[in-house]
Amino acid sequence: MTPESRRKAIRVDLQLISDMIEPGSRVLDVGCGAGTLLDYLVHFKQVDGRGIELSTEGVNACVSAGLSVIQGDADTDLKDYPDHAFDFVVLSQTLQAMHRPREVLEHLLRIGRRAVVSFPNFGHWRVRWELGVNGRMPVSEALPYQWYDTPNIHFCTIKDFVVLCTELGITIEKSLSLDHKGGMRRIGNNLFFANLFGGQGVFLLRKG
Amino acid sequence: MSTNGGKSSGGKDTPPTPGHQVILGTKVPLRLDSGAELSGFTVAYQTYGSLNADRSNAILVCHALTGDQFLADPHPMTGKDGWWEQIVGPGKVLDTERYYVICPNILGGCMGTTGPKEINPETGKPWGLDFPVITISDMVRAQALLLDELGIEQLFLVTGGSMGGMQVLEWASMYPERVFAALPIATASRHSAQNIAFHEVGRQAIMADPDWCGGNYLAEGKRPHRGLAVARMAAHITYLSEQSLHLKFGRRLQNRKSVTYGFEADFQVESYLRHQGITFVERFDANSYLYITRAMDYFDLADKHGGVLANAFRNTPVRFCVISFTSDWLYPTDENRMIVHALNAVAANVSFAEITSDKGHDAFLLDEPEFHRVIHGFINGAAEHRGLVGSSALAPGERAP
Repeated sequence: MTPESRRKAIRVDLQLISDMIEPGSRVLDVGCGAGTLLDYLVHFKQVDGRGIELSTEGVNACVSAGLSVIQGDADTDLKDYPDHAFDFVVLSQTLQAMHRPREVLEHLLRIGRRAVVSFPNFGHWRVRWELGVNGRMPVSEALPYQWYDTPNIHFCTIKDFVVLCTELGITIEKSLSLDHKGGMRRIGNNLFFANLFGGQGVFLLRKG
Repeated sequence: MSTNGGKSSGGKDTPPTPGHQVILGTKVPLRLDSGAELSGFTVAYQTYGSLNADRSNAILVCHALTGDQFLADPHPMTGKDGWWEQIVGPGKVLDTERYYVICPNILGGCMGTTGPKEINPETGKPWGLDFPVITISDMVRAQALLLDELGIEQLFLVTGGSMGGMQVLEWASMYPERVFAALPIATASRHSAQNIAFHEVGRQAIMADPDWCGGNYLAEGKRPHRGLAVARMAAHITYLSEQSLHLKFGRRLQNRKSVTYGFEADFQVESYLRHQGITFVERFDANSYLYITRAMDYFDLADKHGGVLANAFRNTPVRFCVISFTSDWLYPTDENRMIVHALNAVAANVSFAEITSDKGHDAFLLDEPEFHRVIHGFINGAAEHRGLVGSSALAPGERAP
């Protein structure tokens, strides 16, 4: 990849995550896929970056590109990492695929001083419309799977996530919502609005 | 410092081993884990490519149980291609136009490095079973002395598969400051009961051969070829997967239309294994086989570090990449993953990929494009971090994305 294509390749939500990460920090990307974000962070934010990825294809693509990525399962493998081993732990579009999202979230903030978490918002009005009016599980560009073949087993709304953070004693330092056109809004006190119109939530978290 | 064609004392029918040989431990003897000391021992090695001006492009390849230093040129005894020609050479994954690749024959080996078939200077006779029992650590200490001799302070990369991978782990653990990157392949941090059991079958086959003569066969002018061949046959099965044996041979018969109701090699797989056994004994020393399998059985990296494998790598600056193969049942993915977990526990810089292959343990020696792509990417990434200028690209189609 050339630096130019790297800049072009990164999605808006990944750019938002990247903006939350301090240059030169130690970063673990959990569920790093083919390494798009990690590669960007390593080359443009000079981070010491590592990744975990479940799929063989993703891992092989990452390691072939010179990224430090292990084949592993976030549900089982996060427990091996020591406390505060990283400045930032990223969980991008992966929370909803975890068997134990609550435990994973706790591990993120044990391993990292901060965590950046993004996930599709199941409270979006289109989702509610599909379920409430049409009576069908929602399928969209952002959530392209049918109910029977989806890897996403633990959907939540932006509001659900905020409630869980409160329960776990997690401080939300930044919270943003992204609509489907890439428009970004601060969630702040507009939780009702964000939960209805946000396509996904992006959160910067710390423990305590 | 090194000479070509050093003398080999293995017997009248053994020609001198070509390549480099150096005598080490002349001033200070090498103290072995067993407590014994070796002084003035020989290490035979091959090199490929050239060392750069700041001596930062050296790669050490550690060979496996029955491998040797001839990884990328024809074997002097069998004439066959080097065992890692797939990987090592100009423009290949270990690009000899870019890196200086060193491969020594291990301590206890039988291709020119001091081992049980060489002459014990104290008696003037072959060592035989008087040779001290060696360990993986001892092999690595001997290699470190070789690097001292070659004036190489830090290796860019240490790599190897199987027992070679065990040496890689020992290198990273014993000399972390001398290793920039470590690439252990299809290996384990300790030998399992099953691993030890298979080795014991091999050793017993050798020792049950009357021609073994209590280990003294060289002095008696004999060779325990039958026992060593059986050991090789049993071990060879463990290097292949059930599927690869099935695909290669199935139940097909060897040059006959029906079974013979006897004990000839009716099946192709029998004929193949017999061939493996017979060709092996031509190039390998039976006592070496005993010593090296013992060294592998004794290997338990966690045991040396209070039972906690992670302690072997605490504060390691080394960049690791661990590779396993799906159909390898000798050193399965779980064993390799155990190493990865230990490295994670100390927040080491580690990559880990499990390569899909039906070729079993031997996959690391074979044409596996995905494996080659992945390790090539790791090595290129490490070279970038090491500041080694110039990039190496695989042939189109094998190129990393």
